[in-house]
Amino acid sequence: MIDFPILTHSSDRDIIACCKGRAVTVREFLGEAASLAGRLPERPYLLNDCADRYRFAVVFAAALLRRQISLLPPTLTPETVRQLARSFPGVYCLTDDPHRAIDLPLLLYPEDLSIADVERVPVPHPDQIAAIALTSGSTGAPVPHAKTWGNLARSARAEGERLGITAGRHIVLGTVPAQHMYGFESTVLLPLQNGAALAAARPFYPADVCAAIEQLPDAAVLVTTPFHLRALLTIEGTLPAVDLLVSATAPLAPQLAQAAEARFGAPLLEIYGCTEAGQLATRRSVEGPEWTAFPGISIYRAKDGFRVRGGHVAGEVRLDDVLELTSPQRFVWLGRSGDMINIAGKRTSLAYLNHQIAAIPGVLDAVFVMPDEQAHGSVTRLTAYAVAPGLTQASLMQALRERLDPAFLPRPLHLVACLPRNATGKLPRGALEALSESLREAS
Amino acid sequence: MTLANETLEREVTDLVISTLNLDVSPEAVDPEAPLYREGLGLDSIDILEIALVVSKRYGFQLRADNEDNVRIFGSLRSLSQHIAVHRVEC
Repeated sequence: MIDFPILTHSSDRDIIACCKGRAVTVREFLGEAASLAGRLPERPYLLNDCADRYRFAVVFAAALLRRQISLLPPTLTPETVRQLARSFPGVYCLTDDPHRAIDLPLLLYPEDLSIADVERVPVPHPDQIAAIALTSGSTGAPVPHAKTWGNLARSARAEGERLGITAGRHIVLGTVPAQHMYGFESTVLLPLQNGAALAAARPFYPADVCAAIEQLPDAAVLVTTPFHLRALLTIEGTLPAVDLLVSATAPLAPQLAQAAEARFGAPLLEIYGCTEAGQLATRRSVEGPEWTAFPGISIYRAKDGFRVRGGHVAGEVRLDDVLELTSPQRFVWLGRSGDMINIAGKRTSLAYLNHQIAAIPGVLDAVFVMPDEQAHGSVTRLTAYAVAPGLTQASLMQALRERLDPAFLPRPLHLVACLPRNATGKLPRGALEALSESLREAS
Repeated sequence: MTLANETLEREVTDLVISTLNLDVSPEAVDPEAPLYREGLGLDSIDILEIALVVSKRYGFQLRADNEDNVRIFGSLRSLSQHIAVHRVEC
């Protein structure tokens, strides 16, 4: 059995994080994680809500030491939080935001953490469940995907090898939250398992991202999304140099990839994956559309679509995408299957959205529609039609806000007298388009 | 409120509505209403879109760390005031 220590740095004096310009050593990190572990309540599940990436990593390590499972839900709407509390009895939330309002037992990240003496790097058991990532599923209840420590560590090492992460040289800066599978893998586990460092900040505006890159002492790896990359490339003048660009959550247009490589002076690698199976493949987008799977991973066509197994993937996982396989290791992505949608890198299904709106008291019938995407790169939003005689647009929107991630809120939301269902109860797209057209004319 | 500020506020309202394809008329927007959630219902995707058009139109980059971001995007009025202070006159 291979051992997977919490981190792979060669010395406790190595730098593991950069927090507001201050370098944090491995000794400090392990000491803080051990201190925090001693202060965690005796509970099985933890929602790690720390926005600061270094603190997120300390909390994750402390939870590992206490054998507590970190939950990674897709969103934190009040309805999702209620479901978490139901599905994971005893769950509590650890946050670094003193103003955080969330309906769970709440613990604030301690400001006065001492640095305990840690003699050796802890080695969690590879079969220990370290995290449970959740997807929205199609029935309204979140679907759990357990990740063992061994799976996570193997995957992060494979990623480090594929991206060429060098111990002691790279600092990973992310525009994505650590709480989502991609951010968790590529901005927290990747540096921990490859002797690299992480930047604590999560810059949002393009100017902030550039400033954060310039403040880093070593070679920066920028972990981002097509959505943020597009924003960064609107900056005029020179962009700061990075060592590597990493993008995931949605495929990047080739021209955007080319522009990003040219302006940042670095190769851009895309990662293909999903919450269910984790990261699976990479490609350098300027070299062509084909993806190459991580070592040990194989993808094959099954009756119900495409499935993946091997490597760090636990069992077999069905993919929500349509692929063209050239071998079990190489493929081209053709599109999302059926009713999957992706808005600015967030994924859900129309079935899930339709289930959520139908569950609102007063809604008699409703449907979400994804309009054809705009060509010029701006984010396309969903449209929804609802039959809800007793509700106003504002009250229905408020009820949706309770249940849905803001990215999936409909824009526009139409209240209508009835939906154009055909004899079999289906809603033909043409009929909906005609309805939409008549609503536009009426307004 | 000066005439210049009033003109700018109207301009910013139009810009936000057209950038985000919002289903609302400029007259119907309360300049003091929150942009997030209940008001115009903006989310972080929208905020980034607006940051891009603001930099293009008014010649300065929004930053999160030099001012309270939540306050800037508190309402159309506060966003307009922020733009009035930082805009680069062409």
